[in-house]
Amino acid sequence: MRWLVLKWTSSVLIELVRSTGHRMNNALQTLGFSARFFMMILVYSGQSFRRLHLTIREIYFVGFQSLLIILVSGLFIGMVLGMQGYETLQRYGSSEALGVLVALSLTRELGPVVSALLFASRAGSSITAEIGLMKATEQLTAMDMMAVNPIARVVAPRFWGGVISMPLLAALFSAIGVFGGYLIGVVLIGVDEGAFWSQMQGSVDFRFDVWNGIVKSFVFGTAVSLISVFEGYDAVPTAEGVSASIKRTVVYSALAILALDFVLTSFMFRGV
Amino acid sequence: MSRKLLDLWVGFFVAIGFAAVLFLALRVGNLSSANFAETYQLTAKFDNIGGLKVRGPVKSAGVVVGRVTDIRFDPQAYEALVTLTIDSRYQFPKDTFASILTAGLLGEQYIGLDAGGDEKMLKPGDVFAKTQSAVVLEKLISQFMFNKASETPDSK
Repeated sequence: MRWLVLKWTSSVLIELVRSTGHRMNNALQTLGFSARFFMMILVYSGQSFRRLHLTIREIYFVGFQSLLIILVSGLFIGMVLGMQGYETLQRYGSSEALGVLVALSLTRELGPVVSALLFASRAGSSITAEIGLMKATEQLTAMDMMAVNPIARVVAPRFWGGVISMPLLAALFSAIGVFGGYLIGVVLIGVDEGAFWSQMQGSVDFRFDVWNGIVKSFVFGTAVSLISVFEGYDAVPTAEGVSASIKRTVVYSALAILALDFVLTSFMFRGV
Repeated sequence: MSRKLLDLWVGFFVAIGFAAVLFLALRVGNLSSANFAETYQLTAKFDNIGGLKVRGPVKSAGVVVGRVTDIRFDPQAYEALVTLTIDSRYQFPKDTFASILTAGLLGEQYIGLDAGGDEKMLKPGDVFAKTQSAVVLEKLISQFMFNKASETPDSK
C-alpha cells in the first residue's frame, strides 16, 4: 500500500518536472526561431526595398488606414487630460501649467504608448490574420515553389510598413492631443492662451521630451510589427490556429509595449 | 486601387506625420526659442542650491538668458559648483549677483542674475563673486521660532 502511494507520488513529480521542461524548451525554441526570423527579415529587406511599392502599399494599409482611430482617440485623450488636469491644477492655483501637463504627458508617455496599443490591435492583428491565412491556404508554400521568397515578398514589406508608420502615428497622436487639451483648456474653460503655450514651450524640451517620445514609438513599432508578422508566419495553419495567433499578437504586443515602456522610461527620464 | 492613388495617400500620410513632428518641435517644444547659437560658460558657487536642476533656466530681469548645464559638489570647499551656459549675445558685469530664486510659491527654481555696475565684463569660464543660496523653508521657520522664543521674556 505504502509502496503504491510512493510510486504514484514520484510519477506525479516526474510528470510535473517533465511538463515544465517541455514548456521551457518550447519557449526557447520559439524565442530562437523569432530571433532567426528577425534576422531573415533584415537580410531580405534589401530585396523587398527594390520593389518599393510593396512597402508603400503596406504603409497605406497599416498607417494611413489607422489615421482615423489614432486622430479621434488622440483628440479625446487630450480633451480628457485637459479637463482632469485643470480640475487638479486649479486646486493649487496653477491652472496655467495645464499646457505643460498635457504636452509632457502626451509627448513622453501617452502618445507613444496609447498609439502603439491602438496600432497593435488595429494594424498588428490584421497583419497576423493576413499572413496566417496565407499560410493556412498554402500561398506561402506556393510562393516558395515559384522561387519567390515569401519573407522578401510578404513579410518584410509588412514589417517595414509598421516600423515606418508607428512614429508618424505617435507624433500625430501627440499633436492632436495637445490640440484637444487646448480646445478644452483655453477655448472651453478659459485658461489664459499666452500662458498655456509659453509655459508649455518653457518646459517641453525638444531633445529630451519630444525626441525621446519618437525614439520610444520607433521601438514600439519595431516590437509590434515583429510580433505581428512572426505570429502570422508561425501560426498553426487552421482556422483555430490563426485565431489563436491573432489573440497572441494583441496580448504579446500589449505586454511588450508596456514592459519596453518601463525599461525605456527608466533609462530616459531618471530624474536628472 | 491604382498605384498612383495609393502613392498619393501615403505621401499625404507621411507629410502630415512630419507636420505633426514639426508642430511638436516648434509649437509645443522649445526648438524655436531656447536654442542658443553661441554660448559661453560661467561658474557660480552656492552654499545650498535647494531644488535647482540641470536644464533649469537662468534669468535676468525675468528674461531667459541661459540654462544650468552642470551641477557638481566641490569636496574641498563643501559647496555646490553650478555651471551656467549663457547666450553670447548677453554680457554681464564682473560684480553681477547670482541668486537662486523660485518661480511662484511652489514653482521650479531658477538662477536670477542681477547686473552690477562694474565696467569690466565676465569672461567665459569666470566665477561669480557674489551669490545667494536657495532659501530653505525649514531654516527660515526655525529662525523665526528661535527669534520668537528669545523675544517673549524681554517683552514682558
